[in-house]
Amino acid sequence: MNNQEKLIQSFAEALSIEPSLIKDTLMYQGIEEWDSISHMILISQLEETFDISIDTDDVIDMSSVAKAKEILTKYNIKF
Amino acid sequence: MMLKGKIALITGASKGIGFAIAELFAKEGADLILFSRNIEALKKVKKKLEEEYKVKVMVFSVDVRKKQEIENAFNTIYSEKIFFDILVNNAGIMVDATLQVVKEDIIESIYQTNVFGTINCSQFSLKSFLRRRGGSIINLSSIIGTNGNSAQTIYGSSKAAVIGFTKSLSKELAPLNIRVNALAPGFIDTDMTKGMDQKFYEKNLASIGMRRLGKPQDVAKVALFLASDLSGYVTGQIIGVDGGMII
Repeated sequence: MNNQEKLIQSFAEALSIEPSLIKDTLMYQGIEEWDSISHMILISQLEETFDISIDTDDVIDMSSVAKAKEILTKYNIKF
Repeated sequence: MMLKGKIALITGASKGIGFAIAELFAKEGADLILFSRNIEALKKVKKKLEEEYKVKVMVFSVDVRKKQEIENAFNTIYSEKIFFDILVNNAGIMVDATLQVVKEDIIESIYQTNVFGTINCSQFSLKSFLRRRGGSIINLSSIIGTNGNSAQTIYGSSKAAVIGFTKSLSKELAPLNIRVNALAPGFIDTDMTKGMDQKFYEKNLASIGMRRLGKPQDVAKVALFLASDLSGYVTGQIIGVDGGMII
C-alpha cells in the first residue's frame, strides 16, 4: 500500500465514510462525519499509520485532505 | 489485580495523596509514570515501588506550573512509544488567605498549579488515550471547591474550576471512551493540612461526621475505583471523600 492509499484508508476509517469520498477538496466540518471528535480520531489514526507524532499546531491546521498531505510532507511522508 | 497491564501517569506523586495513589496502583499491578518537582524524593518512590511491587516506574522532574516542563516530559514518553491508560491530575497547592490580603503571586501560583497544570497535563495526555482507544482521567478537586470556605477564595475557586473542567471534558471525551471524573477530598492528613493554623485544624476536625481525618489511602481507594473497569460506565462525576465533613 502506498502513502496515498494509506492516507485514504486512515481518513475512511477515522471518519467512517467510503474511501471514494476522500478527495483533496474534502474539508474539516465540510461533512457531518468530519467533526471535532472524528478529527481527534483521524489525528491518532494518521500518527499510528505513518508512525509520526503530529504537533498541536498541525492538528489545528489540518483543515482539509489537501492540507493533511501538505502537513504530512513536513514529517517526510511523500505523496 | 485490578490494574494489571495498565499504565498510569500521576502528578505530584512524591508524597501525600499522590504517593498513596501511586503505591495502591502499583500494588494492583499498574506500571507508573510519575511527575513531581522533587525528583530526589521521586527516585526513592521509584526504587520502593519497583522493589516491592515488581512494576515499571518512570519518573520525571516536572513542575506543573511550567508548561514547557510538562511538554518535555510528554515528548520523552511519546518518543519511547509509551502510551498510558490513566491520568491522575493530583499535583496541587493550598495557601490560605483572605481576599483582602492575598497577593498576586500567590493567586498565580495556585491557579498555575491547580488549574493550568490539570488542563495542560490532560491536553498532552489525549494523544495517549486516543492511541489506547480509551482511558480514565482523575482530577483532584476538593470539598472546598464544591462547598467553598472562608479564607480560601483562591484555592476554593481553583478547585471549583477543576470541577467545571471535569464536567465539560467528560462530555467532550465520552464518545471516545475516555472517562473524566474528579475526587473532592475533605480534610486529609497530609503535609498540606499539617501546615494549617491550629484553631482552623481543630474546627475542621469537629466538622467531620466520622470524627477522624481522612488518610491519603482513603482517597487512593476511590481513585482506584475510577481508574479500574469497575467504573467503566462512570464519567463526569465529582466524588466526595470526606468522611461526612460539613462546611
